[in-house]
Amino acid sequence: MQATTHAIPHTGVHEAHHSDAGFWRTYIFSTDHKVIGIQYGLTSLTFLLIGFCLMLVMRWQIAHPGEPVPVIGGLLEAVLGDVAAKGVMSNELYNSFGAMHGTIMIFLGVVPLAFAAFGNYVVPLMIGAPDMAFPRINMASYHVFVLGGLVMLVSFFIPGGAAQAGWTSYSPLATSIATDGQTFWLIGMVLLITSSLLGAVNFIATIIQLRAPGMTWMRLPFFVWAQFVTAFLLLLAFPPLEAAGIMQLMDKVAGTSFFLPTGLAIGGDLANVSGGGSPLLWQHLFWFLGHPEVYVLILPAMGIVAEVISNNTRKPIWGYKSLVYSALAIGFLSFIVWAHHMYLTGMGTKVATFFQTTTMIISIPSVIILTCMFISLWGGSIRFNTPMLFVLAFLPMFGIGGLTGLPLGFSYSDIHLHDTYYVIAHFHYIVAPGTIFALFAGIYYWFPKMTGRKMNEFWGRVHFWLSFIFMNLVFQPMFAQGMSGMLRRMADGGAMYSATANARAGAGVIGGLTDYIMSLHTYILWAAVGLALAQIPFIVNLFWSLRNGPKVKSDNPWRSTTLEWQTPTPPPHGNFAEPPRVYRGPYEYSVPGHPTDYTPQNVPEK
Amino acid sequence: MDIPYTVDTRPDTGLYNAKAGIWLFLASEVMLFGALFSAYILLRVGAPEGLWPLGWLNVPLGTINTLVLITSSITTVMAWAALKVNQFDRFKLFHGITLLCALIFVGIKSFEYYDKFTHYEVTLKDGRIADGHLKEATDTHVTISGRFVEEREELYDLHKHKAHGHETITIAREDIEKLSNYGPRHNTYMAIYFTLTGLHALHVIGGAIVIGYLWGPGSRLWRKDPERFTNRIEISGLFWHFVDLVWIFLFPILYLL
Repeated sequence: MQATTHAIPHTGVHEAHHSDAGFWRTYIFSTDHKVIGIQYGLTSLTFLLIGFCLMLVMRWQIAHPGEPVPVIGGLLEAVLGDVAAKGVMSNELYNSFGAMHGTIMIFLGVVPLAFAAFGNYVVPLMIGAPDMAFPRINMASYHVFVLGGLVMLVSFFIPGGAAQAGWTSYSPLATSIATDGQTFWLIGMVLLITSSLLGAVNFIATIIQLRAPGMTWMRLPFFVWAQFVTAFLLLLAFPPLEAAGIMQLMDKVAGTSFFLPTGLAIGGDLANVSGGGSPLLWQHLFWFLGHPEVYVLILPAMGIVAEVISNNTRKPIWGYKSLVYSALAIGFLSFIVWAHHMYLTGMGTKVATFFQTTTMIISIPSVIILTCMFISLWGGSIRFNTPMLFVLAFLPMFGIGGLTGLPLGFSYSDIHLHDTYYVIAHFHYIVAPGTIFALFAGIYYWFPKMTGRKMNEFWGRVHFWLSFIFMNLVFQPMFAQGMSGMLRRMADGGAMYSATANARAGAGVIGGLTDYIMSLHTYILWAAVGLALAQIPFIVNLFWSLRNGPKVKSDNPWRSTTLEWQTPTPPPHGNFAEPPRVYRGPYEYSVPGHPTDYTPQNVPEK
Repeated sequence: MDIPYTVDTRPDTGLYNAKAGIWLFLASEVMLFGALFSAYILLRVGAPEGLWPLGWLNVPLGTINTLVLITSSITTVMAWAALKVNQFDRFKLFHGITLLCALIFVGIKSFEYYDKFTHYEVTLKDGRIADGHLKEATDTHVTISGRFVEEREELYDLHKHKAHGHETITIAREDIEKLSNYGPRHNTYMAIYFTLTGLHALHVIGGAIVIGYLWGPGSRLWRKDPERFTNRIEISGLFWHFVDLVWIFLFPILYLL
């Protein structure tokens, strides 16, 4: 306590000094959690755009296999060389774009934005802390992240191109493709894992140690709880992937056989390896991270949703304790569901039964959280501003994503759906119109605190409605395609297995993907283009509003209860004008008898 | 702006920040090594009958290294305790010993690695296998000091098939089918051995750098802020204990079992 009270009176002075620290210290080598949060935010938004562009090119190839990519075909050939000869995407290029789309979107886009960017900016403010517990480690975490991202990007331009074995990098495929892209991928991953480890340690230590006086555990905003559980998932689930990455790197570089079985043949010849390894081992270690990772993607989004809902319904969030315990339950259970990604590996029906049981159990806390959110809307006088629109869309979209996951969680129905476009549609509904919508909501919601200006409301709505429509047009048809048996990761979009191709092949081959199912590719392509165009209002709005957005009239424009709004705008180095003390829970909206319809956490009892 | 609890403990958690941080970091380290230990188990269980190496490593050397690390763990606690009772010279002595132990450990480990990299298994075109340490390799022939075996299995269980005596064997290049040293690519046992002990050795080296810094230039902090310096020694000590603990698991599974 002494440290805090002793420190805070100096903040005003410090702030003045801090701005004099020069460009490099202020913007690049800053140890201020808010600057680091914004650094993470801008970097990860850039990566999201890159990952999306990779997908646009792939959607062209899927809809028009073998035809030159319009507009940027020449550029692709000039930059990437033979793999894009005459502007046509080769199968190798398709594979590496696919692998890197997944990798970039998850590890360089959504996780850094949801966890590192929002977590860094908002969590210390919400708990009333002057900064993170370890500011320099925080800075190191960002720099290692950027380095990892650069290694990933550079791998596109090496001979042979980027990794081609999917974001899951299954061995022996990943080890036997003749490109160093996989080595780059592994080194990049080790760097990203190191970065997230540094971040996770920092977040947990901050939340445990730096809560303001009076900020008890059950007074933490749900967003902080969500970040707390997320940090634990990153802390404990990522290291096994790091171990797996080290082993695959050894396979690739030192010639070991961790994941290479005895008698492995590559291209018809017996591979020159000792053998004795286990391909299943890679899958176990990968999915031991892979599944908790799903909750890393979704929990921070749920945290944002809870904050925006209670603020815009002017009501306490319904079932705060249920939310907290559900988040903790999800965190725990997410460590024992991973093998539901592996039903078809022949690991045995008893094991499959265990994992399908835990998978069904983990859907319960998720449903509790979503239900609490829905009930929170009941009877509220809802303010339909841009963040709230995104959040309201999140609820059904995440619902669709979650419910379509159940057939994948059952080992028998998964036999049919495994590895099809149905899986793609399912998890994109979770992550794209789910998590990313919540992240957009977070950007629109906290932008006034970060900059002192609101983003343009009209263009925010345009962004929302267009994204909402195109998002569904992109992913809804994939359910139908997947149920018809269209496999993912096919460079020709399944043309080889279409009914037309089969009829051409002659007698004996019947069935195949119907013309209708194949024609959906074209709709998806144009919906994806529409989705790309729908992001232009957002990008312009984001930068235009920095200077020209309407200025906020108070430090608390949304009239919110949580501590991040009880600071100067934007918060100075050290955050609070005076050390905050917390007297009440996070969601005291519309409390009868109070003078305003919101009572901030730091307002003393009468 | 000062961050609270960088030195003092927070009353309700009983921790200062760095202590919370190091325990969290160690939790993640447990998962990292845990995954590699699981890999060891899976590879060993999956190995064909009789083809998992036994007795390939030098137990006396491993035992010495174990004792060295345990000693260093004791001295690192003694160093911390010395600071607690304000005896800086005793701290210097004990932490110096810790550093020395770390260097001895790395030295012995390097010798063991060197031994494996110069140890060759030579498959001859007539089906015989020669096994031993490389003496000389030229364009025309290879000389090793070792023995011939009839079956590869004899090389795997060295508890049962103890090598008796070494002879100098010279083999012409054209008689050699395959020549491979006992490096990581030799088989999955050597792969996991090098990966586990290599990662552990990196931890030892990293720890030694930190301990060396705190023993040398970093110890100037003692005069300015003794409490903070003592905390640093405690944190580095916690990490050092973890590194020891990993070795306590590595020694039996790789050397003894």
